[in-house]
Amino acid sequence: MTDLGPLIPRNREMHPPAYDVEYKTTIARSPNLPLLSMDSTMTEETGPRFGHNMLGALDNNLILNWTKGAAPAVGERVLMHGRVLDENGRPVPHTLVEIWQANAGGRYRHVKDGYLAPLDPNFGGCGRTITDENGYYEFLTIRPGAYPWPNRGNDWRPMHIHISIFGTGFGQRLISQMYFEGDPLIDRCPIAATIKNRSQLDRLVAPLDMSKSKPLDFLAYKFDIVLRGRRQTMFENKKEGM
Amino acid sequence: MVQSLQTLNETPSQTGGPYVHIGCIPTFAGLDGIYPEDLGARAIEEGAKGQRITITGSVFDGTGWALRDAMIESWQPDAAGLFAGQTGADPAVNGFARFAADGTTGEFTLNTVKPGKVALRSGRFQAPHIALWIVARGINIGLQTRIYFEDEDNSADPLLSRIEQQPRVDTLLAKKTGDGQYRFDIRLQGAGETVFLDM
Repeated sequence: MTDLGPLIPRNREMHPPAYDVEYKTTIARSPNLPLLSMDSTMTEETGPRFGHNMLGALDNNLILNWTKGAAPAVGERVLMHGRVLDENGRPVPHTLVEIWQANAGGRYRHVKDGYLAPLDPNFGGCGRTITDENGYYEFLTIRPGAYPWPNRGNDWRPMHIHISIFGTGFGQRLISQMYFEGDPLIDRCPIAATIKNRSQLDRLVAPLDMSKSKPLDFLAYKFDIVLRGRRQTMFENKKEGM
Repeated sequence: MVQSLQTLNETPSQTGGPYVHIGCIPTFAGLDGIYPEDLGARAIEEGAKGQRITITGSVFDGTGWALRDAMIESWQPDAAGLFAGQTGADPAVNGFARFAADGTTGEFTLNTVKPGKVALRSGRFQAPHIALWIVARGINIGLQTRIYFEDEDNSADPLLSRIEQQPRVDTLLAKKTGDGQYRFDIRLQGAGETVFLDM
């Protein structure tokens, strides 16, 4: 493995603060003391690598992966696709992307979800893939339903798909959520509203992409992701003080 | 006006939510069989060199309650201080593991080998440590921290020496509870708050 260089320090202004009074669970789960900011080390600059050979043929097809192809999930068929890039604008190839989501009725297949909407026997709710050499990925899934959650008196989550991305270093780890263009619940959601910079929140809203939509089959939504980049100058890799 | 930088901003983080296990540790959520096995099921394979250790702990919120829904990832080098993918690294050390706080007790367990010290570009060494990344409902961006070991020489570690309030170093030290057994509790907030990192 070659030395890919230090990570660009994270611009925390682009992210939600740890504490947000409207998202009540953050109140007791947010550190009070400042984070210790330091330049990355080999620990953050390296990370696990996963090969295409670990993937099953249906791993990125949430419509079929739960039943191993026996029966399709209920819901509006949707292609989620996009590219993983870094802050320097370079594609991040061969990196693992994982997603999970509620079913079309807004119910998760999780031992702790007791929402009254029913489980779909043909839908599990998770998928994974590895980006190609251009950083491109895609999933075939169903549009998840909105659902209520206990927070303020009557809070609802907009339709969303959770996404987890690795990159090439452990310090690039990121989990986020994709929202759908035009969903009126985005502007009422206290979790979406943890992002204080509107233009940053807009980056989590995937536009309808008719260019990738397949006639008589599925709609498409485009969702590009940007991970932390690497700082590479001729002045790196020098001993201290030189 | 000045020239355009042509750089991109990182995608903003959102919480992993209470059901993060569905995507990351599906068998924990009850999705057995979706994949042959959970990703990061083992930090090490049979035959890994070095001392076998077990680290147990909990993630406590500001009221002292152990989170039942936290998901943790760990990343570490082998016993010689080399990470998977580096030349000469122990092929039996994956280095990466995922584990969840137990849904009833809130306790997590990591079985691994004790990591070696890691060289910096400068030639200095970091004391043996395991990087952690913690996500859960109510955590808006994954929390980075590290496990160091109370029975190692941590005196010259560049990170630990950067902590201004030196008593807080203790929050990053796994406590030895037996042969190869360690305890490492994470406190998100309040008394004994863990030192979290921005690296």
